[in-house]
Amino acid sequence: MRFVLKTNYAQDVNLFLHNGQRFWYGLLALAVLLAPLVLDRFYLGEFAFVYIWAIAGVGVMLLVGYTGLVSLGHAAFLAIGAYAHAWLLTQGVPFVLSVPLATAFCAFVGYIVGLPALRMTGIYLAIATLAFERIAAWVIEHWESVTGGHFGMRVPDPTVFGMSLDGPVPFYYLCLGILGLSLFAALNLLRSPTGRAFIAVRDSEVSAESMGINLARTKCTAFALSAAFTGLAGSLLSHRIGYLAPDAFTVQTSIQLLLMVVVGGLGSLQGVVYGAIFLGLLPQAIAIGRDVLPQWIGEIPGLEPGIFGLILVLFLIFEPLGIHGRWVKIRLWLDQFPLYRRATYKRQRSYLRTERVR
Amino acid sequence: MAHRGRAQRRTTLETLQLLIIGVSQGCVYGLIALGFVLIYKATEMVNFAQGDMMMLGAFIAFSLIEAFDWLFAFVPVLSALPGASFAFAFIGTLLVMAAFGVVLERGVLRPMIGEPPFAVLMLTIGLGFVLRAVAGAIWGNQPRALNSPFAGGTFDIGGLIIGYENVAIVAGTALLCGTLYLFFRFTRVGVAMQAASQNQLAAFYVGIPVKRVFALVWAISAAIAAAAGILVAPVNLIDPLMGFIGIKAFAAAIVGGFGSLPGAIVGGLLIGIAEPFVALHLPPGLSEVSAFVILLAMLVVRPQGIFASLQQKKV
Repeated sequence: MRFVLKTNYAQDVNLFLHNGQRFWYGLLALAVLLAPLVLDRFYLGEFAFVYIWAIAGVGVMLLVGYTGLVSLGHAAFLAIGAYAHAWLLTQGVPFVLSVPLATAFCAFVGYIVGLPALRMTGIYLAIATLAFERIAAWVIEHWESVTGGHFGMRVPDPTVFGMSLDGPVPFYYLCLGILGLSLFAALNLLRSPTGRAFIAVRDSEVSAESMGINLARTKCTAFALSAAFTGLAGSLLSHRIGYLAPDAFTVQTSIQLLLMVVVGGLGSLQGVVYGAIFLGLLPQAIAIGRDVLPQWIGEIPGLEPGIFGLILVLFLIFEPLGIHGRWVKIRLWLDQFPLYRRATYKRQRSYLRTERVR
Repeated sequence: MAHRGRAQRRTTLETLQLLIIGVSQGCVYGLIALGFVLIYKATEMVNFAQGDMMMLGAFIAFSLIEAFDWLFAFVPVLSALPGASFAFAFIGTLLVMAAFGVVLERGVLRPMIGEPPFAVLMLTIGLGFVLRAVAGAIWGNQPRALNSPFAGGTFDIGGLIIGYENVAIVAGTALLCGTLYLFFRFTRVGVAMQAASQNQLAAFYVGIPVKRVFALVWAISAAIAAAAGILVAPVNLIDPLMGFIGIKAFAAAIVGGFGSLPGAIVGGLLIGIAEPFVALHLPPGLSEVSAFVILLAMLVVRPQGIFASLQQKKV
């Protein structure tokens, strides 16, 4: 058991609480930086994919996990980011400018979507964002002069100052770098007044408002920032896919994004990364499992989403706090080894948790 | 003059024709929405897997019809009767799906009582994935046609062509709604359900077995979903992905006012009728999203829906 004795104010500001954390996160950073030396092309690509999911997950987590607004429409932001970035590249805008521009455009769209969303909560918001996603998908499908419609559009190779980033190793580092920056930005955001306001709104809108938080502005900011991170991920994803077509972004994608933050653990940035690893590597695990298991199981259509769904259901019933929540419990058990009290994390249920007056 | 009269008559016919298609499609949306609303009203859970339950119901009916066809081949009296196996399969499917609803409630959703609504929403989304995979594993992915006595035939009334299946959908919906109305209005269980949906705690205090009522609500809405699946099967083919129209039905439920039973049907009809007209008069592909445009417009103008019955808690 470690007790941190704080002896100066800087310790409250530090991102890492103590040297143990510094050591382990440093080791992790070293491992991911040196990974291209050991891993082959295929797995580098898969890891880049995981990083892209994690960037999008940061956006979803900000909205769902920290502001408490459920969105079933984040695939739209992913798509808008991807298409905006690809379109800018074809117009001759350099990569270093096009990524921030696409991100800013997504933030703007997110803000606009946030405006009507102010009046809605819970299920209404979820379904309204779903409606937005379907409409965005329709626009992408039919705005042929920009998006190529059903034929799709080819994404130009990423080049930074004349240097191509197309190979697996440079692309890996590009995704890793942007993920690192995103996590750092999100961490700092969550320590700022804006981030604290998000959490206050999540826990109780009424008490947040009575503390002087502007609900409308906070929710719109949350939407805009969330859309920005997701759009950033979308612009990277466009290079990973290589050829954009409307069927790359569907309701399924939105649900996967949501699944990622739920399985990872709502309300923690570590959870985003766990969820992204889970989501990115599960198809590989299933592919490996297919070779081992009898043939008739492997040939079931829709097996992969089915397993996703099953895992989601099991997590929600047995571990609603996700992978990160489970890890926190295990760590506490290890810390207090012989003296762990089972009741520490006993789930509190409030029966008759009603949302209506009558 | 005569020419213009004929043209006018043609547009009237066309409008009527579209209206009939719209109403029958709207009834299907309405039935699925009814299942959503029943569950939401009684248990405050949002069942995103309602469309997939409809799909499952259609598949079970498909298998039962085949089974009864095989069985009735040995019974001359029944095999002479057209549609006998369909009728038996219809009732059988409703019973099987009602049992399935109870099992689902007991096994999966009861542990979620007291969890935040978002968790239940995610759970039912996951459940939808599982149901789709299970249906794919059992019945395969290729679309199948249900052997229904309503398929194919048409009435011709002065140039107006009405398919048997459209009549069956509308009649079936009306019958189901009537039965449900009588059930909720006049039976002890129905009144107990209304009580539980208005205030769970108060219902519990006056001795209503709230948990059993929840199970029953799930049974009823699973049976309604199955009925919708069987009725829509002659129009759309059955495949594991047919449950996706549940999303549009969801929009219908919200347009009608989430938590109002007549609202669900009216919302379904509204969206169902809008679709063929949009398909004819507006750019192609727009009819696919018209449900969502209506939904967004409704949410901006009147978020509580047409028949507002619930007020959101403020604190």
